[in-house]
Amino acid sequence: MCLALPAKVIAIDDNDMATVALGEVKKAISLALVEDVKIGDFVLIHVGYALNKVSPEEAERTLQLFAEAGLSDQEPL
Amino acid sequence: MKYVDEFRRNDLAKILSKAIHQEARDDRQYNLMEFCGGHTHAIFRYGVQDMIPENVNFVHGPGCPVCVLPTGRIDNAIQLAIEHDVILCTYGDLLRVPASDRKSLLKIKAEGADIRMVYSTQDALKIARENPQHEVVFFAIGFETTTPPTAVAIKQAQLEDLKNFTVFCNHVLTPAAIQNILESPEVREMDTVSIDGFFGPSHVSSIIGSQPYEFFAEEFQKPVVIAGFEPLDVMQSSLMLIRQLNTGRHEVENEYTRVVSREGNRKAQALVAEVMELRRNFEWRGLGMVPYSALQIKQKYEIFDAEKRFKVADIQASDVKGCECPKILRGAKKPTDCKLFGVVCTPENPMGSCMVSSEGACAAYWSYGRFRHPEKQQTDKQQETV
Amino acid sequence: MTNTLKRFSVRLNTRNGTIDMTHGSGGRAMAQLIEELFVRHFDNDLLRQANDQAAFDVPGGRMVMSTDGHVISPYFFPGGDIGSLSIHGTINDVAMSGARPLYLAAGFILEEGFPLADLEKIIISMAQAASDCGVPVVTGDTKVVEKRKGDGIFITTTGIGIVPQGVNISGDLAQPGDAILINGTIGDHGVAIMSSRENLEFETTIESDSAALHTLIADIVELVPQVHCLRDPTRGGVATTLNELAQQSGVGMMLSENALPIHPAVAAACELLGLDPLYVANEGKLLCICAQQDARRVLEIMQAHPLGQKAAIIGEVIEDEHGFVQMQTSFGGSRIIDWLTGEQLPRIC
Repeated sequence: MCLALPAKVIAIDDNDMATVALGEVKKAISLALVEDVKIGDFVLIHVGYALNKVSPEEAERTLQLFAEAGLSDQEPL
Repeated sequence: MKYVDEFRRNDLAKILSKAIHQEARDDRQYNLMEFCGGHTHAIFRYGVQDMIPENVNFVHGPGCPVCVLPTGRIDNAIQLAIEHDVILCTYGDLLRVPASDRKSLLKIKAEGADIRMVYSTQDALKIARENPQHEVVFFAIGFETTTPPTAVAIKQAQLEDLKNFTVFCNHVLTPAAIQNILESPEVREMDTVSIDGFFGPSHVSSIIGSQPYEFFAEEFQKPVVIAGFEPLDVMQSSLMLIRQLNTGRHEVENEYTRVVSREGNRKAQALVAEVMELRRNFEWRGLGMVPYSALQIKQKYEIFDAEKRFKVADIQASDVKGCECPKILRGAKKPTDCKLFGVVCTPENPMGSCMVSSEGACAAYWSYGRFRHPEKQQTDKQQETV
Repeated sequence: MTNTLKRFSVRLNTRNGTIDMTHGSGGRAMAQLIEELFVRHFDNDLLRQANDQAAFDVPGGRMVMSTDGHVISPYFFPGGDIGSLSIHGTINDVAMSGARPLYLAAGFILEEGFPLADLEKIIISMAQAASDCGVPVVTGDTKVVEKRKGDGIFITTTGIGIVPQGVNISGDLAQPGDAILINGTIGDHGVAIMSSRENLEFETTIESDSAALHTLIADIVELVPQVHCLRDPTRGGVATTLNELAQQSGVGMMLSENALPIHPAVAAACELLGLDPLYVANEGKLLCICAQQDARRVLEIMQAHPLGQKAAIIGEVIEDEHGFVQMQTSFGGSRIIDWLTGEQLPRIC
């Protein structure tokens, strides 16, 4: 599988390039595969390209699911 | 690192571990195949096996595109570098893969061939621009995640009329490989490998969406959960698979909703469809010939196709005698079942594809899991002979 | 002292001159190179004697000798260069035995065409490092090879030192129950090098941690002479060095991932490149294995020293016939930390 990581868009260029930050590391990447990216968005980066946006709402929901695992209404054994 | 660290939290790991222990029934095994090396990596690197019950087994599938690339294709790349004197641009993963005659890209680099490691297809384009008097070939590999960047590069090369840039295309398709595994004799008829469910690949799915897996779930009656590749994602996805199996469901569920949608990345899909098309057949190391499982560059863009420009011929290379990669890739055997594992075949001296890439089942097992449960290995061996 | 610079009618062109074969042939050109660059900058009495060897008295005790070749590329990187690295590296190797380093020798192999400006920069850097450490370069050698037969510059440094009485530090002395300590953050050097190759930028620049550790070691050895092992985790990182020690001592080890000191930028860079910081080279770090009851004291001594402020206890030595180095992950499970295979390369999958 493919080593891809979520990074924050901190600057956008004219020619479809952007600068993203993963923690304290910045890198130039291409936005050729995504649309409507704004500064502050998080994108998934792989081999120098943004592949998709990362949804903050879904990320939150997923973490919530983890925290609630094993509570109450799951199917009985 | 946001969206990374939270998905590795060990307080949440404890909660998920408890839930899995509670819900996994004692009276059966759960054999869950993870198709992609990233999941193998996460499982071993974080020690996820230690947090789940003994009867939940991770079966390692065809690791990664490096592992399934046939030796003959690397021989072709070596030929391009040596006989045609091109600048060969490659991702780091490929440098050490052994080809025929114990050669590798790293070895021929040491002998003077111009092999350049790149992080992105953008780097390869840059090299082509800066070296107009040299032919530059980009050695393209990867599943559907890595294919769109190659398509972008070809379109950009066309825009800039780069006359010295071509791509040696080895992109492969995930669903075809999954189908091949599920249809293999061991799985279908002999039932020696029971695979109860699948972890769908994280980032391939971000491109192709969750929709292509609906066919497998239906046809083979096996649940699929698209799983993120942080360890908490793997645990949550295990729980979701266990729940489906407990209630006899076989649906496609998406755990990785923060990145994957049902239709995937349409823009990327369209770009790829414009530049590439299906090959009728392609050889996968360890799986043999798989129809409609790989891509080639369309005629419209053939001036960027290295296979056409340099008349690359098919090279049939055979695997090492005794190498069990074909069975290991399908989950039919474990690394420890192979007579060569740890004896002749080690990460320093890989014999087959499973050991070559750090994502391969054998390499991952060696680095992270070797000898952790010698007693368990013994029991597994006994079970297999029964 | 004679003004040796008068002996040559034209000064070396260190602005845009380059090394050529005459600089290695033993004649006037070579003599000029030696005087105007090496002797001038290293600047000590022994070197100024201009003999082919340096003769000196040594204090009594066990003598230690160590040598290291340096071939790093690029020669200049954030936090250092091949010159300072060669000085620190050999001082460290000598000091890891508990010895006080005394003198260094430096051999250079230069490729025809190597810029004199770069050579002078490197020598000045070496001289500064040697002077800061109080360990002079007292003898040396220069050879020149034809173009394309050497990668610009190779430096070999050899050092000697004396081990104080009653100190016995060796890689085969680790015992089950011992504590494992490190003096600071892991992976800085390797990431500094790789990031300049991979065009990564950092908000806070990651610099090589290249440093001489002999004064830190002297502090430890003075107050806790009974430490068992000292070794610097250079190529192959902490993982490789601990595996070496485990094998030498016939023991196993258990680390705690939560205890590993790592700079957030280094962690992020490793994620991006697909590297494991445990396998990334360090040049200003040492691993110390000591009896459990000495661990607190050693930690305090490290933390009181400028090169040990982020020191930590990272694990313990255990019984293990297989000699595995294992780690409790921050996630909760455990994993094996194996030897490094080949070179760590950035990966896509």
